Amino acid sequence: MISAHEVMQTLEMFDHQHLDVRTITLGISLQDCAHPVAKIAAQRIYDKITHTAERLPQVSHDISRQFGVPIINRRISVTPIAQVAAASETEDYVIFAQALQRAADTVGVDFIGGFSALVHKGMTRADEKLIRSIPEALAVTKNVCSSVNVGSTRAGINMDAVRLMGEIIKLTAERTKDDDGLGCAKLVVFANAVEDNPFMAGAFHGVGEGESVVNVGVSGPGVVKHALEKLTTTASFDDVAETIKKTAFQITRMGQLVAREASKRLNVPFGIVDLSLAPTPARGDSVARILEEMGLEVCGTHGTTAALALLNDAVKKGGVMASSHVGGLSGAFIPVSEDEGMIAAVENGTLTLEKLEAMTCVCSVGLDMIAVPGDTSAQTLSAIIADEAAIGVVNNKTTAVRVIPAPGKTVGDSVSFGGLLGTAPVMPVHNESSEVFIHRGGRIPAPLHSLRN
Amino acid sequence: MKAFITVLGRDRRGIIAAVSAKLLEYGVNILDITQTVLQNNFTMIMFVELEDPSVTIEMLSDAMDEVAKDISMVIRVQREDIFDSMNRI
Repeated sequence: MISAHEVMQTLEMFDHQHLDVRTITLGISLQDCAHPVAKIAAQRIYDKITHTAERLPQVSHDISRQFGVPIINRRISVTPIAQVAAASETEDYVIFAQALQRAADTVGVDFIGGFSALVHKGMTRADEKLIRSIPEALAVTKNVCSSVNVGSTRAGINMDAVRLMGEIIKLTAERTKDDDGLGCAKLVVFANAVEDNPFMAGAFHGVGEGESVVNVGVSGPGVVKHALEKLTTTASFDDVAETIKKTAFQITRMGQLVAREASKRLNVPFGIVDLSLAPTPARGDSVARILEEMGLEVCGTHGTTAALALLNDAVKKGGVMASSHVGGLSGAFIPVSEDEGMIAAVENGTLTLEKLEAMTCVCSVGLDMIAVPGDTSAQTLSAIIADEAAIGVVNNKTTAVRVIPAPGKTVGDSVSFGGLLGTAPVMPVHNESSEVFIHRGGRIPAPLHSLRN
Repeated sequence: MKAFITVLGRDRRGIIAAVSAKLLEYGVNILDITQTVLQNNFTMIMFVELEDPSVTIEMLSDAMDEVAKDISMVIRVQREDIFDSMNRI
């Protein structure tokens, strides 16, 4: 029998500690939508998504009401569009992004991800067409998200794709300059992208997935911070880790329950629960503040990487036991603009790009939602991507870059996207050129996985 | 189906009466009640079972929303599973 204390404690998590299900993401395969005529393919894409996801908003609403669990977003992920569009005889893939947007509007979801290409080893003609369509696609659509995988531990890093993505990010910022470069907030460059990630902007329905699947992402930094607040400042790291583990267990259990229910009601197989700690810009829902709770004056100071490593590991250990299938990105997210504590640490000057890069070595995912000066060169953006991809490829983990070269802005300014995307102070980058390095092209070979040091 | 009903707000007369009258109307059996008043803040947790198969948890939630409005309290109806899954291995 559940005690009154447990009931109240659980309600407290929902009411005051921002515990929620961030997203129910329905993955849908579009492999059977390919057609030589682009218009027909686009129509098939629209039809299949609207048919498969028709009941998603209602089911989400019902679950939320019955269990009293806030469910913030409903999302859809689809087969990387480059693979579906390859059969179509057209140069311009924007038509497919528009079909995704129309489908998202009809169903009533918050985001749709999968305007994507996987080019970690090489680029097909379709991959290149898709990538070159990204700036326009993200400018003319509102809820479509795009991702490109440029490296993997098995294949190394495709530096031609890295070079191209620097240019594409610049063009995307330029094309959406009236909205502070909002297009770039919907575009992520991955290394070791995962096939079952429910979080945006990087969600897509991998080729190893079935016809459709339900993945759930939870969010609970506020709950973890609150649990740590109850420890004394002299509590050992053993106690800190144990507390985080127990809390992660509870958070993940909620996600598992919601995922199972959604799977049953939609009659779609349950995929995974992603146990990432996803912050929001709301006060009290910050990953940075958890790190500070461990005893750091400001996130970004010495000790931050160690604190984050402990947090990330303990979250996984607690979460793994709570769910039958854990997947996606599963770790702590450190998106600057979406985390009130990270924003404060950047504004304070303690949290720098270099420290964030170090932090990405021990957590999920990467340099996320970072604004840099609008005059940052495409080659510098590519070099930032290359560094981050190298961390992922060498360490056999997913890394990503979601960077916004804020049009017309410089250090001291900030960009504001509103909602979950938040506000990002513009961070300085090195002015020294990486141009020759980026123009070499080719592939950085896959790393050796013995003789490890 | 079993559920937890939580009632929170300022203490006043007739809270339990109002809630339990509505539960009777909807064929809901009360299995357990815990109630405290701390500094005039009323907290009640009821563990209930919906015995009438034609009554859904949504219908009960809607009915409780009305009661909540009438007596100016916050009332929530949540399926038992959420508390079980988060608090038991």
